[in-house]
Amino acid sequence: MHDIALEAIAGALERREFSSVEITTHLLDRIERANPTLNAFVTLDREGALRTAAAADAARAGGATGPLLGVPIAHKDLFCTAGLRTTCGSRMLGEFVPPYDATVVERLAAAGCVTLGKTNMDEFAMGSSNETSWFGPVRNPWDTARVPGGSSGGSAAAVAARLAPGATATDTGGSIRQPASLCGLTGLKATYGRVSRHGMIAFASSLDQAGPIARSAADCALMLSAMAGFDTRDSTSIDTPVPDYVSLLDRPLAGLRVGVPKEYFDPGLHPGTEAAVRAGLAELEAQGARLIDVSLPHSPLSVPAYYVIAPAECSANLSRYDGVRYGYRCKDPADLRDLYERSRSEGFGEEVKRRIIVGTYALSAGYYDAYYRKAQQIRRLIAEDFRQAFEQVDVIAGPAAPATAFRFGEKSNDPITMYLEDIYTIAANLAGLPAMSMPGGLVDGLPVGIQLIGNHLQEGLLLNVAHRFQQATDWHTRAPAFAA
Amino acid sequence: MLSQWETVIGLEVHVQLATRSKIFSGAATRFGAAPNTQACAVDLAMPGTLPVLNREAVHMAVKFGLAIGADIARVSVFDRKNYFYPDLPKGYQISQLDHPIVGRGSVTVELPDGSSKCIGVTRAHLEEDAGKSLHEDFHGLTGIDLNRAGTPLLEIVSEPEIRSAQEAVAYLRQIHSIIRYLGISDGNMAEGSMRCDVNLSLRRHGESEFGTRCEIKNVNSFRFVEKAIECERERQADILEGGGTIKQETRLYDAERNETRSMRSKEVAHDYRYFPEPDLLPVHVSEEFIASVRAELPELPAQKVQRFRTQFGLGAYDAAQLAASRELADYFEEAAGVAGDAKTAANWVLSELLARLNRDGLEVTASPVPAASLGALIARIHDNTISGKIAKTVFEAMWAGEGEPDAIIDARGLRQVADSGAIAQLVDAALAANAGQVEQYRATPADKRQRMFGFFVGQVMKASQGKANPQQVNDLLRERLDGE
Repeated sequence: MHDIALEAIAGALERREFSSVEITTHLLDRIERANPTLNAFVTLDREGALRTAAAADAARAGGATGPLLGVPIAHKDLFCTAGLRTTCGSRMLGEFVPPYDATVVERLAAAGCVTLGKTNMDEFAMGSSNETSWFGPVRNPWDTARVPGGSSGGSAAAVAARLAPGATATDTGGSIRQPASLCGLTGLKATYGRVSRHGMIAFASSLDQAGPIARSAADCALMLSAMAGFDTRDSTSIDTPVPDYVSLLDRPLAGLRVGVPKEYFDPGLHPGTEAAVRAGLAELEAQGARLIDVSLPHSPLSVPAYYVIAPAECSANLSRYDGVRYGYRCKDPADLRDLYERSRSEGFGEEVKRRIIVGTYALSAGYYDAYYRKAQQIRRLIAEDFRQAFEQVDVIAGPAAPATAFRFGEKSNDPITMYLEDIYTIAANLAGLPAMSMPGGLVDGLPVGIQLIGNHLQEGLLLNVAHRFQQATDWHTRAPAFAA
Repeated sequence: MLSQWETVIGLEVHVQLATRSKIFSGAATRFGAAPNTQACAVDLAMPGTLPVLNREAVHMAVKFGLAIGADIARVSVFDRKNYFYPDLPKGYQISQLDHPIVGRGSVTVELPDGSSKCIGVTRAHLEEDAGKSLHEDFHGLTGIDLNRAGTPLLEIVSEPEIRSAQEAVAYLRQIHSIIRYLGISDGNMAEGSMRCDVNLSLRRHGESEFGTRCEIKNVNSFRFVEKAIECERERQADILEGGGTIKQETRLYDAERNETRSMRSKEVAHDYRYFPEPDLLPVHVSEEFIASVRAELPELPAQKVQRFRTQFGLGAYDAAQLAASRELADYFEEAAGVAGDAKTAANWVLSELLARLNRDGLEVTASPVPAASLGALIARIHDNTISGKIAKTVFEAMWAGEGEPDAIIDARGLRQVADSGAIAQLVDAALAANAGQVEQYRATPADKRQRMFGFFVGQVMKASQGKANPQQVNDLLRERLDGE
């Protein structure tokens, strides 16, 4: 039952092959068996899930339908869930129970989804390996000695290990695409503003964007159709109608112009990964797409610009965690300063503190022009690179990550090496563009992702390209040998 | 000694805007509610919450800008001002730094000596208020009340063009009356709806460079502003006279001791690390919107002063006092209309009415004597029914609730005696009763008789219980005493 794809579940429910309660129970049991190894979930909501599943079954029995009615999914643990602990992978919010649902949670619930639980993640979404979570690292089901990527590593590991058919995730610099790539999944980060950020715990407000991680483009299309849309509670959300992404999947690729940026095939790219990506590009060409060389000259500057802007925003976003109103508070504070210092020192992990300090420094008097303002200028240049590229091409394709999943500890002692994991993904966040990763092969038994970047609001086209690719390939159907 | 120094003052006025809900959330803004009953998840800075700008706050700011003839920014930008304090839930205040909604404007103040002065307003920007820290009643702990957190503020910054405490108070009163006329704030300083920071420095007369300034925070009544300026001016003058230098710092005014004292020096001043608020889009104000706000502007204090001067022939200072509050001006205009004599009505409103309102601590809207009744009373002076002196007695009775002026005049038999036969009798009786004084009067040289003449007038008026027409009494006495 856990092998069925998300897009096929509604049909099976409709045909009464199994009930929502049955598949939900099956997955909950499976999670309980797998989690001691994978650590993909921080919180399970058996009671809530079974209640929602029963309600979905009753609704379906009463004639209700819907492609997500009774479909179990998992939420990354930075989407607030009313009455259900939401930790953001941090000790700071280790016991935090929000009184409200994030818009994403609300919309998926309205579509009939059942929430299995909350998935593990890098603390406050800061990390590319899922090693920074207060709740311990997540293991990659393809090789449990390796990382699943991050920050949405819990969501990726859960879907890869067939613990959930799909999961929500967020992407500030690659946190959907890189774990999707490392776990052999399809994951999409929407255009900035396409999915509401209300109730999504902020890391870097101008870069954070949500999206689905699932097995296929068809699964993602289904989830994104429910997740996306204007929300008055998020001032940066875009007020344009959401297309039915599923209906856009099948368009043939003949004549599609695919841009191949030369900067994405640099010496940092692993040869095996490059070979897999090139093979994927050839498949698109075989379907009638035209490959066109493009240049994104400022993309090498994306990592440094990102590591000024994101920490600057996070340094302010995380100021609210002060031990005063909610969240972690140190024991017996002597005075206000002690309360602040110890609550924050003890409540946050090393990587979070590193970024708060970097961001605070970058915004300080006398440094603002040299760092923050300069980074914003680079950001505009990067957006301009894409604008020019999209005058010649419809989508841009390249690698999602420099290599396949790495071993625990391999990069965690060297932040710069870790930051370079996102070298191909960050630019799309800086430009606010939709981007996705789809499985494109295996190297030494580990998955490789191909990244597609689209113009603003072109999620439909990205999913279309990925779907046509997946009609011709079977990489997205490969499952790890992990036994739960 | 003070006179060799010129006082240079700039004021920062914080005005709470009278919106029903907060600037970035839907919580109510009513004053005086039980602690923390008007703070929602956004005000508490719960994780994942986002600010949404209150349109009405923008409307009010634009209204103020137009009222002071200021430039309205077609695009303004919110910024984050970062600092930690327990009553600042997010750890930053959303404010406007480089691109305020209201640019340069000015207000004109009328001074007691009849002169007027135009004082420049540098800018006015929108921001959110913080909560309140309560240090009493918590046994060494601090209580936090977040009801006020997120209340919209308009911070109005003047040019350093104010030269005395008197000008400062006149400027503040003018701002106060403008915001009340516009209905954008109740301007209640006791409840903190209008608060003032004073920047003050001294320089030798004729110098063009400014001296080092000190900022006096939160001076919260017109009288305290006056006193704080006086004592800070003296403090700085004493230091300069003694050959010392002024240290730039923030000071507090202690009303009980009537002194200012140091709060923090420039060296420990905050680095607020301002940067553009990524959760809010820039605010765009259209030409149509500005035109529609302009169309709804009421007659403003300065325009009313001008009209009172030309229409009623009032002096500038009297006109300004009457126009200071819309309610007082309306009262005056109604009374003047009924009285048919605006100048007398102005005198009565500014002296008798204001004195009693002040004595009883009443607002003009709560006056026990309605404007029409005061007008009717003045009409009775005008048509010689009663004298101005008797009118004061009638007014007192009206204040005590005895009814309309005509009824009181009749009931108390206060109608003026204008019957010349009756007055002649009173005059003759008075002269007969004071034969000695008459002898003395006639022996006095004509140019020294005036004081004694007054004595006879007094005697006659006393005998008539104040009801004799004073002009007729005067005429008859002249005839009898000087006529031979």
